[in-house]
Amino acid sequence: MKAPARATRRIPSQTKKRIRAHSTFIYRAHKEVNPAGMRSLDLMASRLSFPKPVLLRLVSLEASRLSKTNRLKVVTLQEINAAVTLVQRRIAMKAAVLIQRWYRRYIARLEMRRRYTWNIFQSIEYAGEQDQLQLSSFFSFMLNNFTQLNGNGPESYTGPRLTFPLSVSDTNALLSAFKEQQSLHARYVLQLLYETKKLLKQMPNIIHLSTSYTKDITICGDLHGRLDDLLLIFYKNGLPSAETPYVFNGDFVDRGKKSIEVVMLLFAYLLLYPDNMHLNRGNHEDHIMNLRYGFTKEVMQKYKTHGREILQLFQDVFSLLPVATVIDGKVLIVHGGISDQTDLDFLSTIERHKVKSALRFPRRTLEQLDIGQSSRQMKRMISTDGSRPSSSRSHSKNQRTPNQRKRRCRISRQDSAVSISPSSSSSSSSSSSLCSPRTPSCLTPRPCPSSPSMTYTINVLHVPFLDSLTSVPPPSSPQHDQEWKQIVDILWSDPKTQEGCSPNTFRGGGCYFGPDITQRLLLQHGLQLLIRSHECKQEGYELCHGGQVITIFSASNYYEEGSNRGAYIKLGRDLVPRFYQYQVSRTTRKLTLTQRVRAAEGSALRALKEKLFTHRSELMSGFQQYDQNNTGSVSVSEWAQVLESVLRLDLPWRTLRPHLARLAADGSVEYQSCFENMEPGIPLSQVTPNLAETLFRYRTDIEIIFNIIDKDHSGLISIEEFRQTWRLFSAHLGVDIDDRAIDDLARSIDFNKDGSIDFT
Amino acid sequence: MAESKPSAEAMVSDVHKKIKAAFEAFDYETNNTVDVREIGTIIYSLGCFPSQTDLHDFIAEVEEDHTGYIHLDKFLPAMAKILLEHKYPPIPEDILLQAFEVLDKEKKGYLEPEELANYMTQEGELFTQEEMDEMLTALADHEKDLIYYKDILSQLTIDPEL
Repeated sequence: MKAPARATRRIPSQTKKRIRAHSTFIYRAHKEVNPAGMRSLDLMASRLSFPKPVLLRLVSLEASRLSKTNRLKVVTLQEINAAVTLVQRRIAMKAAVLIQRWYRRYIARLEMRRRYTWNIFQSIEYAGEQDQLQLSSFFSFMLNNFTQLNGNGPESYTGPRLTFPLSVSDTNALLSAFKEQQSLHARYVLQLLYETKKLLKQMPNIIHLSTSYTKDITICGDLHGRLDDLLLIFYKNGLPSAETPYVFNGDFVDRGKKSIEVVMLLFAYLLLYPDNMHLNRGNHEDHIMNLRYGFTKEVMQKYKTHGREILQLFQDVFSLLPVATVIDGKVLIVHGGISDQTDLDFLSTIERHKVKSALRFPRRTLEQLDIGQSSRQMKRMISTDGSRPSSSRSHSKNQRTPNQRKRRCRISRQDSAVSISPSSSSSSSSSSSLCSPRTPSCLTPRPCPSSPSMTYTINVLHVPFLDSLTSVPPPSSPQHDQEWKQIVDILWSDPKTQEGCSPNTFRGGGCYFGPDITQRLLLQHGLQLLIRSHECKQEGYELCHGGQVITIFSASNYYEEGSNRGAYIKLGRDLVPRFYQYQVSRTTRKLTLTQRVRAAEGSALRALKEKLFTHRSELMSGFQQYDQNNTGSVSVSEWAQVLESVLRLDLPWRTLRPHLARLAADGSVEYQSCFENMEPGIPLSQVTPNLAETLFRYRTDIEIIFNIIDKDHSGLISIEEFRQTWRLFSAHLGVDIDDRAIDDLARSIDFNKDGSIDFT
Repeated sequence: MAESKPSAEAMVSDVHKKIKAAFEAFDYETNNTVDVREIGTIIYSLGCFPSQTDLHDFIAEVEEDHTGYIHLDKFLPAMAKILLEHKYPPIPEDILLQAFEVLDKEKKGYLEPEELANYMTQEGELFTQEEMDEMLTALADHEKDLIYYKDILSQLTIDPEL
């Protein structure tokens, strides 16, 4: 304590002695006079393990200081009391400071955990471990070859019935139906989509709005299939109407469980109020993204009979969505962002519907690789395949099993459009959700540690099912390249604080654009504000680039319950944005920060563990390289190294280690412990580990595919069908599984041994 | 954390790695800079207990000329020094208990929210209203709306390694 220390120095010992003697006398006397005061002193002494004499001295010093002003050369009772109170107060203050400091640290730790959790979610979200493209072609093949019965489904449909042109009663019917968890009959879905397609065809690429005829315009960001958030927005802000115009800035589908309902509502209102409802395309309005992120699965599950048709229509409708909205010629709204090459005038002239997906192969790429004629392609493919040293780049093994080495060349037609596998052996494929747009970095000759005969480092995918290459557009003209890039930039870019424009390596598409890029574009077109979405923000919105860029995100609890708020903007004639936040909550009690962080952390760690499990064989071989003596453990650094190189996720592995793996007594990591507690849910004791992993990794897609096969929607498929499909699937993936393994697998899944597999 | 080798060098490099990991969690641009406002969080999470003044002094030392950003190059050595010298040691749990007991004058075993709030927002290194609200939500027993400090002590002190 500062006061006594100082005082001790100054007071001469004589005085001290006198004071001490005096105050002890007073103390004793005081005990009778004011027991309470002295009791509290005793209490303090006992609690704080302050030796009583020390406390006493503090008190007496205080008292003496106080008594300096009184005439009597004696310390009075009052002063003693006052001193006691003062000392008490000081101690209390010290206690308070301690608590404050402690608490602040606790919160800081929580915040750190929250950050890590967020990082985990983001890394996993964008880690494209699947070869979307290849799956999409397989998928199309399946769709075309396993034709569904075109039944009408059960006649007893109690959901909403729509009549076109739509009226308010239709949209209200939809709202209440969806609130009651009903679904819309496929017939109406299709009709709605047809009508929407017709309407969108007439719209320009960039919609121009004005605030002079309307009240405030409400701008919402990503919804990602969160019906609750959409309903909450409508509740707080009002339904779309002439008085309440809306702009929805893309990403209506994927991830959330109610993408269909969300998008049906949005389209319905679009048809109802075409002048007051505006939808921008987002990067998830893309059928290949939908394969990975859940929309396709949702459609196939909810609409087994008509799923294919519906998905096809969605593909068209999505590509017809406008890409940008401009308000009063001053505020630009796009889903992702801009690049240094964004040219709004050019953008408004292109044929936007031609860009069906961000995933495609610019012609430039093929030329770079000197793939001209098909025959030469075929020859190259064969030679590459044979000589592909899949072990040379040890750290960049694809997220496929080692069996890939044995993948055979399937060339059924000479003029096959050779699609270039995005999941090339280049190391960055796993951290992007699409890879081929990154052509410069993916395919320029990287220093390949393998033999010099390898002129390119990519794997060439063979697509046997050529009739159905609906999802893979052929390489096209340079003009088309330009157009494609404009749109991809608009849908995929992210702002950053540094100046300049660089390729967005995190996502694999679009750019990172700096404040100078924003400034330039805004000036160039006479704009003053850029509103975009695309990134989840904790508060639902965020400003950057000196307030010139606003990110608005409308899916609350995106990663996990309590992870973030959602928000929307209202813009009036003054063009000053006003932000409204909300959070959908399932619990009635407000979760504390601790609970929220814990929940989110739990989720993130589970997802991370799953990832570890799906890469088990690669990880194990990585670990074993460091553990030649088979001790079962490696050092923490080595452990982190292996994880980093196999999973390609930029995460603080050392810090996460306690949640993922056990330490041995000597401080090394027992790497086998990474894979404990992971049950894929399918008892696969009989099958090889690789198969289990593959199944687990692709389980979403497998579900979709099974849904297609299941002709009578019984939830069962026959073993034969399973076998066939699995064979195709594994061939497509290049996973070599022998028939017996498949049979075993089939049998093991067939629990009730009745010859059919219940895949639910 | 695993200290598999007892050598000083290994310890230093371990410390460096820890600091880097904490730093990177807030390095949004992946350009080795963090916003100066996050420094407190980073330092706390590394196990140190600086006071607000200590923090201010530290920031003054490492900030890049009032840009509002701190670069890893300056942060790493300064932070490593702090960690290796144990400059801002943690508060032992029993002292914390005593601190609570001091505030709980009547020795009830709990504190009322207003009591605690009064202290936190008016004494010492003052809390903002936001911090106070968060603290009350986090620490108070929900049914009785009282803060049983003995119970929450473990929550505040037991930290998973993260």
